[in-house]
Amino acid sequence: MPTANPHRQRQRRRDALVFLAFAGPNLLLIAAFVYYPLLSNAYFSTLNWRMGATSATSAGIDNYIRLFTSPQGAEMWRVTITFTVVTVVASMVLGLLVALALGRRIPGVTAGRTAIFSPYVLSGVGVGMVWNFIFDPQLGVLGHVLRAFGARSPEWYLDADLALVMVIVVYVWKHLGFCAVVFLAGLQSIPSDLIEAARIDRAGALTRFFKLTLPLLSPTVFFLTVTTILSSMQAFDILKIMTPSGNGTNTIVFELFLQGFGPYQNAGYAAAISVVLFVVLFAITAFQMRFIERRVHYA
Amino acid sequence: MSSTHLADWRQAFSRRNLLATVLGGYLPILLAVAIIVLPLLWMAIASFKPPGEIITTQPTLWPQEPSLDNYRHVADTVPLLTVLRNSLIVTIVGSAIKVVLAITTAYALVFVDFRFAHAVFIAILVALMVPPEAALLPNYMTISALGGRNTLWGIILPGLGTAFGTFLLRQQFKTLPKDLLEAAKLDGAGHLKRLWRIVVPVSAPTIATVALVTIVGEWNSFMWPLIITDSVDTMTLPVGLNLLQSIEGQTGSYGYLMAGAVLVIVPVLVVFAALQRFIVSGLTQGAVK
Repeated sequence: MPTANPHRQRQRRRDALVFLAFAGPNLLLIAAFVYYPLLSNAYFSTLNWRMGATSATSAGIDNYIRLFTSPQGAEMWRVTITFTVVTVVASMVLGLLVALALGRRIPGVTAGRTAIFSPYVLSGVGVGMVWNFIFDPQLGVLGHVLRAFGARSPEWYLDADLALVMVIVVYVWKHLGFCAVVFLAGLQSIPSDLIEAARIDRAGALTRFFKLTLPLLSPTVFFLTVTTILSSMQAFDILKIMTPSGNGTNTIVFELFLQGFGPYQNAGYAAAISVVLFVVLFAITAFQMRFIERRVHYA
Repeated sequence: MSSTHLADWRQAFSRRNLLATVLGGYLPILLAVAIIVLPLLWMAIASFKPPGEIITTQPTLWPQEPSLDNYRHVADTVPLLTVLRNSLIVTIVGSAIKVVLAITTAYALVFVDFRFAHAVFIAILVALMVPPEAALLPNYMTISALGGRNTLWGIILPGLGTAFGTFLLRQQFKTLPKDLLEAAKLDGAGHLKRLWRIVVPVSAPTIATVALVTIVGEWNSFMWPLIITDSVDTMTLPVGLNLLQSIEGQTGSYGYLMAGAVLVIVPVLVVFAALQRFIVSGLTQGAVK
């Protein structure tokens, strides 16, 4: 047995110390600012507690009941689901179309790819400000263009449904380049002789796309669906800048902010939203991890 | 030129192929690039327009009397140099610490024998799945209790624990040949020496990727700094711009707002244009197996 050897044992203890010295600070930070908050949120969520107040009363599961049954909670879910579904579908469909064009071997595509990806790395605050100007009904470019065609600019900021449409457009603008680049990598991993064989068999372009390209892309489609759902559900910067106090745009993270740190100062309810947010996103990621190793396109 | 070459050329320049290239390639790409670039161009141009050229029913493409007044006004409304300095400090200090922690943690996970290394790795993997927004409220309580409201360290501290960088670097370190490190070990090199002399130099591209993605993330970071600061002395640039937006948003002073947007957007665009290879590969990790 190696444990009987004192030299081995000393070596092992020294290795453990080295491990803790190297990984310890990071692990402490993760414990304090990722794991501990999960636990304390679970406790906060059972309180009837105003932000900044020094005392709170127990609320049991009232905050959760409110989150799932009150009109305010239902509205949050409606907005979150609408925003997520539309942004995910739109950025993936548009991203795939762009990727198909970028996949052609023609000069200049690299520059195009860089330009199309670039909004993804930009500050959501800056992007929101730029689009606030564009959507301004009186002074924005969009209004000017619409007036040139004899139409009038919709009141994007006054109508709650239009405000949601507006932030969805901007969000898709910022994220479709990411989908395009990931799809492009997926397309390039498809063996070209497969497509060539189908062409020789006189399969039309649409048949080739739906019967061959798309099924072979299914791992990419799966990856993108999960990652874009996760990021859409965490959207905040654009929503906060374009609709500062929320107007038909209160998705889960924005509502969490408004409840905890905005006008409502409702810390217990914000904690309940945090817990539910964590559970939902964690379940989605865990689902992805389980399936990621499988080859999706034969399923 | 051989005859097959000639046939290739003929085919490449045949009317049908040219048409397909233009309709299926250039047209959609140009359309997409225009939709992406035009708003940013409009931002940059408008930032040089005096108010009279923005509050008008007949806007012109180019500024008739270009001026830097908008930038001067932004500097007066929010103390521009202060928020810019705060953003630079937070970005540089935060990213540097995060990258070093990611390197040392990944090294420990891969190259140091420890019975619970796998459990530690799982704990880091789980941390990767926790949305930072879910930790907002407790972290606010913790940092407030420590006296970190309206301080730069209060902005930096909660984000320092890094799961993303650790995960990415661990994947890279695992691909390194074990012999390389065994040889150094036999030569008497300790862990620190092996890390900085061997592992770090050969992993430079991956480290650059992690560093760049971290830097861009810190620079753009908004939600946490917004919550933990409300004084202009400690605000970062995005929070300062949020303030500018709430001051000027109702008055149609878009020239000022565009000048502000240029300040937060253009530096990242420049870095991205120069180093996009690293940034794209870091951000699309996991997509390409």
